Amino acid sequence: MYVMWPEVTTAMKPRTLARHFRESLKSLGRNGWMTFASVSAVTVTLLLVGVFVMIMMNLNKVAEDLENDVEIKVFVSLEADETGTKHIERIITDMPGVESVDFSTKEEELTDLVLDFGDELSLFEQSNPLFDVFYVKASDPQQTENVAAEIAKIGNIQDVEYGEGKIQKLFEFLNTGRNVGLVLILALLFTAMFLISNTIRITIVARRREIEIMKLVGATNWFVRIPFILEGMWLGLLGSIIPIGLVAALYYNITEFTQPKLSGELVQILDFTPLVYQVSALILVMGVFIGIWGSFMSIRKFLRV
Amino acid sequence: MIQMKNVYKKYPNGIVALNGMNVEIEQGEFVYVVGPSGAGKSTFIKMMYREERPTSGQMLVDGIDIATLKNKKVPLLRRQIGVVFQDFKLLPRLNVYENVAFALEVIEESPSKIRERVMKVLDMVGLKHKARMFPTELSGGEQQRVSIARSIVNRPKVVIADEPTGNLDPETSLDIMNLFEQINASGTTILMATHNREIVNTLRHRVIAIEGGLIVRDVAGGDYGYEA
Repeated sequence: MYVMWPEVTTAMKPRTLARHFRESLKSLGRNGWMTFASVSAVTVTLLLVGVFVMIMMNLNKVAEDLENDVEIKVFVSLEADETGTKHIERIITDMPGVESVDFSTKEEELTDLVLDFGDELSLFEQSNPLFDVFYVKASDPQQTENVAAEIAKIGNIQDVEYGEGKIQKLFEFLNTGRNVGLVLILALLFTAMFLISNTIRITIVARRREIEIMKLVGATNWFVRIPFILEGMWLGLLGSIIPIGLVAALYYNITEFTQPKLSGELVQILDFTPLVYQVSALILVMGVFIGIWGSFMSIRKFLRV
Repeated sequence: MIQMKNVYKKYPNGIVALNGMNVEIEQGEFVYVVGPSGAGKSTFIKMMYREERPTSGQMLVDGIDIATLKNKKVPLLRRQIGVVFQDFKLLPRLNVYENVAFALEVIEESPSKIRERVMKVLDMVGLKHKARMFPTELSGGEQQRVSIARSIVNRPKVVIADEPTGNLDPETSLDIMNLFEQINASGTTILMATHNREIVNTLRHRVIAIEGGLIVRDVAGGDYGYEA
């Protein structure tokens, strides 16, 4: 029976840890090309992970911005006079779950249309076909649909609109994108781990005799394993340097380029900080994780002690 | 020191290597293990340092129960036992001093203690002046001395030697045997598997002959008992 978890009989001394670090670094150099191959694989994987995570986080942010901007447009029926309109406004304002109510007369609506679509529409100034409108915002965007249904029950209302379905479609799109991306990334992570475990295997085979002697003179299993685990960790760490640098540089340029253009707009992308720090931390942690896990897979197969 | 009671070993491929073996070896004894190839000698030797584990039966080495010893405790057993092989098992990248020190480094001895112990055993095996040389620069006999130095540097209670003179000429073999005699004289138990007729017949000690997984002869001060 092979036991994988701790059997260290004494706490590790700093001197021993220093030895393990030296051994693991020496081994990286000795395995030259394999080290290079696994570090490259980790680099490519983590770069894609980083870019993907940044895209997803920004799309989420956009979705949230859009969601927060959802308004209910309440068209007041032509039959309602000024008192009736005031009455409707009071009812909506008092309704639970309503955050704000803005009124816009049909003249103001037309002016907006003319501004947006051009002077041809000013013909309609003679006989304005539009309605007076209330712009209502729900305090919780998720509740927009319910609030709209309540408003529709009030008398003297022509129609209620709130962009139904569009937000749901956006979220569906995001979810599909996320799932496809996750599958791709898992496949890449697997490849990188496989390459790392191959590199470690070569180290182990090259040092078989040494390991055999270590075991014969009474080294603990952890003493034998730790240098290999550290070597895997280095592969992961080295592989995360370039992705972190590229992701930071890329996002710096994106924010520099887009933020001035988006200033004052409804939709904003995430700021450089903290996003780049978060993504860098994620890349680093994943690099170390696949490194250590990759070497564990090899050790398990090769070091039945 | 070593006790075996009805020890039975069957390998997964069906071969029965030990077929109910009984033996008792006291602390400080010098024991030759002889017998034809494939008789179970190697299995017998390997069980001492738990390279192999009995299929059934009881076995104690220095009070440690080999049959039930957990994997994680095996290092503790091996720190009580020195092992010497026919092919020396030295690390070519390390020099003589480092090869011997290696055995203490992996069990996390302090550097000052390592230096003191290594120089002492190298002096004892007569290689103090070659401490900086590499194994490839040494003769076979000298390499075996290094491996013996490594096996005793941790002051084990027992040294297990598997054909230690198998690769050496008769004269060098005798030097190596003198070294084992010296180690034995200091109270260390020696268990040596060998095919060397001359040695067994010259330096008389207890002889255990194994055939077909059983002890067929166990004589104090006995002879080799097989034709060359």
